[in-house]
Amino acid sequence: MKILKTILCIFIFVQPAQASMDDIKDHLYATTGIDLAGFIETRYGMRTQNDPHQKDESLAEVRLQVDLAKDLDWGVVKLKGDLFHDEVTFETGGEFREFSLLFSPLNNMDIKLGQQILTWGTGDMLFINDLFPKDWQAFFIGRDDEYLKAPANAVKTSLFYNTANIDFIYTPTFEPSEYISGERLSFWNPLNGQLGGQNDQFGLEKRNSTGRDSEYALRIFKNVGSIELALYGYHGFWKTPEGMTTNYRLRYPRLSVYGGSLRNQLLGGIGHLETGYYYSRQSDNGKDPLTRNDEVRFLAGFEREIGKELTASVQYYLEWMQDYSNYENSLAPGTTKKDEYRSVLTLRLTKLLMNQNLTLSFFGYYSPSDDDAYLRPKAQYKMTDNWRLEAGGNIFIGKKLHTFFGQFEDNSNAYMGLRYNY
Amino acid sequence: MRLSILLLSIFFCTTTSFAAPEVSEIIAKANLVSYYNGDDGRSQVEMRITDSQNRTRTRLFTILRKDETDGGNQFYYVYFKRPSDIRKTTFLVHKHITTDDDRWLYLPGLDLVKRIAASDKRTSFMGSQFFYEDVSGRSPEDDTHLLEEETADNYIIKNTPKRPDEVEFSSYSVWIDKGSFLPVKAEYFDKTGKKYRTMEVLESKTIQGFVTVTKSKISDLNSGGSTIATFSKIKYDLGLEKSLFTERYLRRPPREARK
Repeated sequence: MKILKTILCIFIFVQPAQASMDDIKDHLYATTGIDLAGFIETRYGMRTQNDPHQKDESLAEVRLQVDLAKDLDWGVVKLKGDLFHDEVTFETGGEFREFSLLFSPLNNMDIKLGQQILTWGTGDMLFINDLFPKDWQAFFIGRDDEYLKAPANAVKTSLFYNTANIDFIYTPTFEPSEYISGERLSFWNPLNGQLGGQNDQFGLEKRNSTGRDSEYALRIFKNVGSIELALYGYHGFWKTPEGMTTNYRLRYPRLSVYGGSLRNQLLGGIGHLETGYYYSRQSDNGKDPLTRNDEVRFLAGFEREIGKELTASVQYYLEWMQDYSNYENSLAPGTTKKDEYRSVLTLRLTKLLMNQNLTLSFFGYYSPSDDDAYLRPKAQYKMTDNWRLEAGGNIFIGKKLHTFFGQFEDNSNAYMGLRYNY
Repeated sequence: MRLSILLLSIFFCTTTSFAAPEVSEIIAKANLVSYYNGDDGRSQVEMRITDSQNRTRTRLFTILRKDETDGGNQFYYVYFKRPSDIRKTTFLVHKHITTDDDRWLYLPGLDLVKRIAASDKRTSFMGSQFFYEDVSGRSPEDDTHLLEEETADNYIIKNTPKRPDEVEFSSYSVWIDKGSFLPVKAEYFDKTGKKYRTMEVLESKTIQGFVTVTKSKISDLNSGGSTIATFSKIKYDLGLEKSLFTERYLRRPPREARK
């Protein structure tokens, strides 16, 4: 709590200082060409029920973001970093969100080097061909949506032609997603069939050999009239540890993905389709029960305005496990069996009020096959151009412990955040 | 005989040249002056939004525009500078005259290109009293036009929507300057016939030979809120490439927009 008080003092100090902050920024830009912005924020969240494996606080942190950009004649350098103090894990530290150099060696070519956030694909909070690192933990505890995407150290080469455009991303050292390890959110342990937490974290076989553990991602995209078409390819690893070694250490099995997507106007709104084949290269055609099988994934979505400043969107998502009979045969007796099909429906509602200064939003995942759900209500109010207050929840509902959202039921939480943008 | 034809044609030419132009012609010219100056253009816009309790918010952004044809399809690119939380957000519109516009929004924090439905053009642009349609223009084809009155300086034209269920007004009247064809004032009437919204040009200048609005105000008489837009760093015929209005530059704002 002490840290929160300190932060409040900083806020009170900063408030009247905005005019001079703008002066500092303008002066910095005028003298050095460096563009400065950022925010300082505090967030606090509590579990809405008891979790025997975790503390009641799900989130308690202070964060300062500094975003610097400088335009060189031949390129742009960006540095965006966070300093934070986390009262849940008692960590104080810093991390780069971006540290990159963008330049165009040819008229139709862009290269972006370094730490960067990468996104493609058509899904809304569902990803098929976007195999860039994500931070599911940040998402589940109520950090800003921005933190769902984790940075990757990569080289992005883009080529633009009349026939089609190409993005090629090379990540020299595998960049995994932040998964639910038990560190601050509890999960279902398939080995003992129980929930596990801080004291039940598995060992992990790291993939951090530069060159050998590299990732390659390709997108070929083109607009035909209003239709956006894209083909994707990925060669690397499952981004979360979807496999185990024979001595029960988690590992990231090899994965290749091939897919495509389409997005266009439809019935006064936007429709999108995306599909991908997940080739799990170490699953031995489904005969290895400790490694996730090949999958076909499919996504269809539609979004449109349904009222004044009110937008709704729905998505249908399917994971279809391949070689299912091999998987069934490989399981030890008594093991909980996964379904062949896992389907998820999502609904998003966004309502803007008070000259768009108040946003009420709801995002919900519901899986008919797993009979579980994850609901994300949120209210965000921009008190001034600089101050923003928000409150929301992450509610997990499930009948069974082993389903994807159901396992997180004890992690359901409510949070508040106060941010000052400078 | 030949002489009489000649005289007759002189008579008709002179009379037509002295009479008021057709309403459709006035509207077409006003549309070009308002939204199609030059082949392309750049402007920095500061919107100052004031609510009924005098609280203000500020938006600062650059607009780039390129016309495919005069009065026809256009491309718009918007780069936001302030407030800080939407800084570097970019917005791209492919405006189509006969079909729905295509719109994309890029959120730099997530590196996300989001496609946006363009169904309702009469919603607030960035929380201001300006609608999307005020920024990129309302198609003259969407209304029927009637010359209501002619004053010494203005044509006053009443516009009635062809599809009244799609808009919130029953009609609006526009004051068009006779010399420049610039619309200098507009009044909107709701379905009960009450005036509820006004637009006024507070300042205009001639830039590179084009009459240009440099300050305008839209007021919402119901809520008591208003927005004053100030346009600066205006330049026409920069030679903007069509390729600038694509996903490449949505993700990577061009220097023309960041300046």
